[in-house]
Formats: sequence, C-alpha cells, structure tokens
Amino acid sequence: MDLQEITERTLAGDKRALARLLTYIESGDPSGKSALAQLHKHCGRAHVIGITGSPGAGKSTLVSQLTLELRRRGNKIGVVAVDPSSPFTGGAILGDRIRMQELIGDPNIFIRSMASRGSVGGLSAATRDVVRALDAAGFTHIIIETVGAGQAEVEIVRAAHSIVVVMAPGMGDDIQALKAGILEIADIFCVNKADRPGADQTASELRALLTLDQRRKSGDWTPPVLKTTAATGEGVEKMADELAHHLSYLEQSGALQERRERQARSEILALLYQSMITHMNLTIGKERFGAIVGLVASMENDPYTAAAILAKELGIG
Amino acid sequence: MTDQQQPIVIEGSGNAQRPIRVLVAKPGLDGHDRGAKVIARALRDAGMEVIYTGIRQTPQMIVETAMQEDVDAILLSILSGAHMAIFPKIMKLLQENGVDDVLIAAGGILPDEDIPAIEAMGIKGNFGPGAKTQDIIDFVREHIDKDRLQKPLSAIQQSGSPVEDPKAGETAK
Ligand code: B12
Ligand SMILES: Nc1nc2c(ncn2[C@@H]2O[C@H](COP(=O)(O)OP(=O)(O)O)[C@@H](O)[C@H]2O)c(=O)[nH]1
Ligand SMILES: [Mg+2]
Repeated sequence: MDLQEITERTLAGDKRALARLLTYIESGDPSGKSALAQLHKHCGRAHVIGITGSPGAGKSTLVSQLTLELRRRGNKIGVVAVDPSSPFTGGAILGDRIRMQELIGDPNIFIRSMASRGSVGGLSAATRDVVRALDAAGFTHIIIETVGAGQAEVEIVRAAHSIVVVMAPGMGDDIQALKAGILEIADIFCVNKADRPGADQTASELRALLTLDQRRKSGDWTPPVLKTTAATGEGVEKMADELAHHLSYLEQSGALQERRERQARSEILALLYQSMITHMNLTIGKERFGAIVGLVASMENDPYTAAAILAKELGIG
Repeated sequence: MTDQQQPIVIEGSGNAQRPIRVLVAKPGLDGHDRGAKVIARALRDAGMEVIYTGIRQTPQMIVETAMQEDVDAILLSILSGAHMAIFPKIMKLLQENGVDDVLIAAGGILPDEDIPAIEAMGIKGNFGPGAKTQDIIDFVREHIDKDRLQKPLSAIQQSGSPVEDPKAGETAK
C-alpha cells in the first residue's frame, strides 16, 4: 500500500489502514518507519497509561473497566495488550481480549494484541511505535497492558506517562514480595480483587511502606494506593480521576517535558546504536567482528582494547 | 528441529519477516471450546500468533476483531449446529468491510450435506472431529495470502473515525 495513502487514512481515522500500519510497524517493514516519520508531528496529544503487574492480578479486566470509564467521559481509547511469545517457537496465544469483550463494537475504541517477540522487559520492541501510531490516529488515551511475566518491567517507563502497578491480595503479591524496582516505577498502586479477603491489609501495608520512602522530595508525586474490584468496576472511577491528576501533575511540574526528552534521548540512542551495527556489518563485516570476538573469548585480548580497535576501524575512535 | 518447531514466518515487502497471525473464534452461543483451544495451542506451537477471544462471539465481534488485529486467517470453530445461520452473517460483514485478503476456515461439527454450501460462501477447511493438528497447521500455512501486505487495502472506511471530536462520543452517564 502506498505510504501517502496509509498515513492519510490513518490520520483520517480509518481503522483498517491503522491496523495495517501497525502490522508494518510490528514486522519492521520499512514502510512502517517511513509512515511514522510522517506521523510524528501529529503525536504527543494522547495520555499514555501503562498497566503492569503479575499474571492473573486482573490487568486485562481492569483495562476493560478503565476503558469503559474513560469512554463515559467522552474519550477515545486505544488499547495495546502485550502477551509473551514462546522463546522456543516464536508463537503466542494472545488472550487479553477475552476480558475485553464489552469494548468491541464501539467505534471509539481500538484494541491491538501484540506478542513480545523476543523482547524482555514487558513490552515488545515495536510497542512504542504502535503507541505513536495510535496517538497520531487521534486516540486521547492509550492504555498499554504489559506482559506481567515477573521480571522487572522497566520498558513501560519509557513508553507511558502514568504507570499503574496492579496487585491482587493472596496471590503472592504481598508487600514482602514486591519486585525490585516496582516501587520506583509506580505512579498509582492498585490493589485489585478488593472483593477478596486481604485487600485492606495489602493496601495499608503498601501505604506504610510508601511513607518510609526517603527518596521522594516534598512536592513530588506521591503514588496513591487504590482498591479496585475490576470484576464489577468498583474503584475504577477513582482510578480515572487519579490518572487525570497525575497527568496534570506531570504537566505543571515540568516532568512531562522531562519525560519526553528522556524518552526521545533513549530512542535516538537506540536507533543510533542500530545504525552503527548495520554500518559495522557493512564496512568491517561479520567475519572481522567474529575474529575480534574470538580473541576476547580466548583471552588473547581484552574487551576494552577490542572495542577501541573496532572504534578506530569504524572511524569513530 | 522438526518441521513443527520451525517458526512460520512470512517475508514482508522489505526484508521484514513476521509470524502468521490468526484469530480463533467461537461464534454464537456454542460452549464447546475444547477444539478451539486445541487448535489455538497447536498453531502457537507451530510459531503462529493466535488471538483467542473466548466463546460467545457475534459476527460483528469476530469481524471487528479480525480487522483491528489485521490477521491472516479467521478460524471459526463451531459444534452447535448453528453454522448455516451464522456463517452467512460473518461473510456478509467481511464483504461489507472489504476484507478480501483473509483466509476464512471452519471446523467442528459440520455435516457433510452442508459442506458444499459452506464452501460456496468462501469458507475453506471444514475439519471435523479427529482432525490432526499438523494437518490444520499445514492447511493454514498453505492457504493464507502471503502477499497481503503488498496489496492495496480496500477503501471502505468504518463509521465513527477515531479523529472525530472526542466530545462527540460523549454518552449520558
Ligand atoms: C465434550 C462435549 C461436550 C462438553 C463440552 C466441553 C467443552 N468445554 O468444550 C459438554 C459436556 C459441556 C457438552 C455440552 C453440550 N453438548 Co456436546 N459434545 C461434546 C463432544 C462429546 C466432544 C466435543 C469435543 O470437545 N471434542 C474434542 C475436540 C478437541 O474436538 P473438536 O471440537 O471436534 O475439534 C477438532 C476438530 O473438529 C477440529 N476443529 C474444530 N474447530 C475447528 C476450527 C477450524 C477452523 C479448524 C481448521 C479445525 C477445527 O480440530 C479439532 C482437533 O481435531 C461432542 C461429540 C463429538 N464427537 O464431537 C458433543 C456434541 C458436540 N455436543 C452436542 C450437544 C447437543 C451438546 C449440548 C447441547 C447437550 C445438551 N443438550 O445440553 C450441550 C451444549 C453446551 C453448550 N453450551 O454449547 C452435540 C452437537 C449436535 C449438533 N451440532 O448437531 C454433539 C455433536 C454430540 C452429539 N453427537 O449429539 N458437550
Ligand atoms: N474476584 C475477583 N476476580 C477478578 C477481579 N479482577 C479480575 N478477576 C479475575 O482474575 C482472573 C485474571 O484476570 P485478568 O484480567 O485476565 O488478569 P491479567 O492476567 O493480569 O490480565 C480472571 O479470572 C478475572 O475474572 C476482581 O476484582 N475480583
Ligand atoms: Mg492480561
């Protein structure tokens, strides 16, 4: 499909063109990149929300309820749901939609399931670009559901403005078991399955823990601890309120601009790194690179010297 | 590596490769979901990305999901006997939306006497009880349109574009 057509139709809100563009982006097709370059100036309007937490905590159910609540407030919502790919076959079962049945048929909601395709960190390599395309297509809110596979899901920090960490009581999601890094990335804590015993205790332990956090300076955002029952939607209204508060905090404190710059920087550096690798393959070649690697592996050379040699040969050292 | 473990990828228009994406759908009120789950798992293990949406899908839900997910195939699993009522609705919606590059296949309990009519609708496969998963994998791999990413999309637009004024969609609370 031609580039101009796909960008124009995406901007005009044509869902089939958008869906196809996302396929190009996901598969690393060059036309996806070219389209994104053109769409970039239309981005930056959406509030990007990340939902992370262990499998079974209720993320998909919560995404569904939050989407319905944001719709009631007159918004347009894009959902990106990431599930893990099998490291052995590359295949995946993308099942988050099972909990999002109520969202289908509303023209102002668009859901895309993605497989992690070998990425660790809770998202797939293309997630950020997919979010960007949805942003350009005019969605006011984009909700990303991460894999939730148990490792620290750091990637979401680079993709979202506001991060909700979802926990469920009595599932090993106890405060003592909080994964390293999760306290730092949460903008909102959500104790889901509040209809089950133990939710109050989890919530109050969490609050106690947060008051002990010395790193937060006065004026910093203090993550609220919310209780939800995603199964019924209870508590989700409050979550939508808190998300809106968080966005205005980001805007007023200048943190939004900071985040944007940080994200842009990391993205440019990643692309630069990629093009350096491509350049290296084309100029120095895989064979020469392999030989240098071999010398380090056999302890005949050290990695610092090896890198210095490569840098020199690339003309950047 | 056996054939089954070989990831199934499609060459893109550039040097991009991607796994085959399929939607496994259970139309209607049919609760028999074992077969759907069996084929979902088998296709995943063959390297495909399988979107599974659970039971009780209306034709609208199936078609909308297939379009948003931009799948290569829609696999309809139905054992309730309602296929002759539901399949034409699904095919009509696909046609109305200009979806003409997606493999539509079916399986479950489909009596022999209905097969000619089902095939005339443009639905392929028609696998029944005892069908071997490897045959289903091969079938999907063989019948999807491998060039669909290079083809133009039909110009049919869905109503209610995402760029219309957000407030326009506001509903009474
Ligand atoms: C197990 C079963 C049940 C279980 C279902 C459990 C579950 N969660 O799935 C229970 C007990 C709940 C059940 C209930 C009923 N059942 Co029942 N059930 C069966 C039974 C015995 C086996 C089905 C099964 O699971 N097979 C195993 C799976 C792996 O095989 P499969 O689904 O056929 O899938 C394979 C292939 O067909 C193919 N395939 C399937 N789908 C697709 C799709 C594509 C695209 C492709 C390529 C391939 C493909 O690949 C799979 C792998 O080989 C069948 C009889 C039979 N021989 O099929 C009756 C049967 C399907 N049931 C029947 C009936 C009538 C009912 C009830 C209405 C009974 C009642 N009066 O309450 C209820 C309805 C339930 C509901 N809500 O829909 C009838 C349907 C009659 C008809 N269509 O005209 C059957 C045929 C029995 C009969 N001979 O009368 N049932
Ligand atoms: N009791 C109860 N169950 C819930 C609640 N929210 C989700 N669940 C159930 O928890 C299970 C996992 O939910 P899901 O949304 O798929 O979790 P995810 O893996 O984190 O996306 C499902 O069976 C849901 O129905 C809740 O608030 N209360
Ligand atoms: Mg989920």
